[in-house]
Amino acid sequence: MRDVLTDIERWRERGERVAVATVVSMAGSATRRPGAKLAVSETGELAGSVSGGCVEPAVVETAMEVIENGKPQMLEFGITEEENIEQIGLACGGTIHVFVERLDW
Amino acid sequence: MSKLYEKLRDQLNQEKGVAMATVVRGIEHVGAKILVFPGKRTDGTLGNAALDARVIEDADHAIWHGEADTHTYTIEGSTGTETYDVFIEGFPPPPTLVIVGAGHIAIPLTTFAKTLNYRVEVIDARAAFATRERFPHADELIVEWPDEVLERMDLNPSTSVAVLTHDPKFDEPTLKVVLSRQVGYVGAIGSRKTGEERNERLKKQGLTDEQISHIHGPIGLNIGATSPEEMALAIMAEIVAARHGKDRTAASSWKK
Repeated sequence: MRDVLTDIERWRERGERVAVATVVSMAGSATRRPGAKLAVSETGELAGSVSGGCVEPAVVETAMEVIENGKPQMLEFGITEEENIEQIGLACGGTIHVFVERLDW
Repeated sequence: MSKLYEKLRDQLNQEKGVAMATVVRGIEHVGAKILVFPGKRTDGTLGNAALDARVIEDADHAIWHGEADTHTYTIEGSTGTETYDVFIEGFPPPPTLVIVGAGHIAIPLTTFAKTLNYRVEVIDARAAFATRERFPHADELIVEWPDEVLERMDLNPSTSVAVLTHDPKFDEPTLKVVLSRQVGYVGAIGSRKTGEERNERLKKQGLTDEQISHIHGPIGLNIGATSPEEMALAIMAEIVAARHGKDRTAASSWKK
């Protein structure tokens, strides 16, 4: 949380709405641990990360929806080693659950 | 709105401990939050008093240990038996190492602790030892009787205390104060024999066996240390092990 606070504060000062995505569970050798956060502003600025970069595009897309409708969502990403090499080509692995919520609390 | 967020932000900025719990799965209340502060003071609710009560216990632990994990709770709710997944995230205050006794081991110990992002406070009643020249990296150098300083300090489970005075007139009053609080680690220098004699004296002064059992002594992991630098490394390694809940046996095993 500490690593995304400064950016969140900057966006809030500009009056932007914000979504926060948090890794809430992991299995296998995922790159970021539970608690890792990606914050997204409504104009699409990012702070922090929830993976080595491989799932961020999908999380940002969901974050935009959540900023609009206010409904939290749970995302699951499972990446096998083969998929990783063939499709994504990043140093990801394991399964992670990412909880995406609007910062309205 | 944003009331809880602002409280969380302020608590983090002031480097005080806090934990946040969020319902991430369940038949209702998804997204509901509760903040838990030291002493189990709370703000917010997960929407169910029985769930709050159980989460507060786990969150109180997370404040000091910094865990971040999803816990599953089964409770009796309005629709019968309900299961909730709650993500609990603890934000401990930055770890602090208090070194009592500014001798030759305290110098490399300060360096190691600063490298590991500990705040370091060195206390020694002897002004000739606790000098800025000897401890350029210490956050605080305090020339005073250690037990009087510790009495005033906010000692909490993020605090580690290394008692390195070698002198009963300093280390016994110090240990009496420290053992009456909830600190994360307390170690005292001295051989096994010196330690046993000290423990006997502490017992005569009214400390319980339970309190005395918290003293790590002889201080440090047994890595065969001989130089002051190696002893400092052994002590620092033991402090890190204690912070992660590893006892002496666990620290030398790679099973878990």
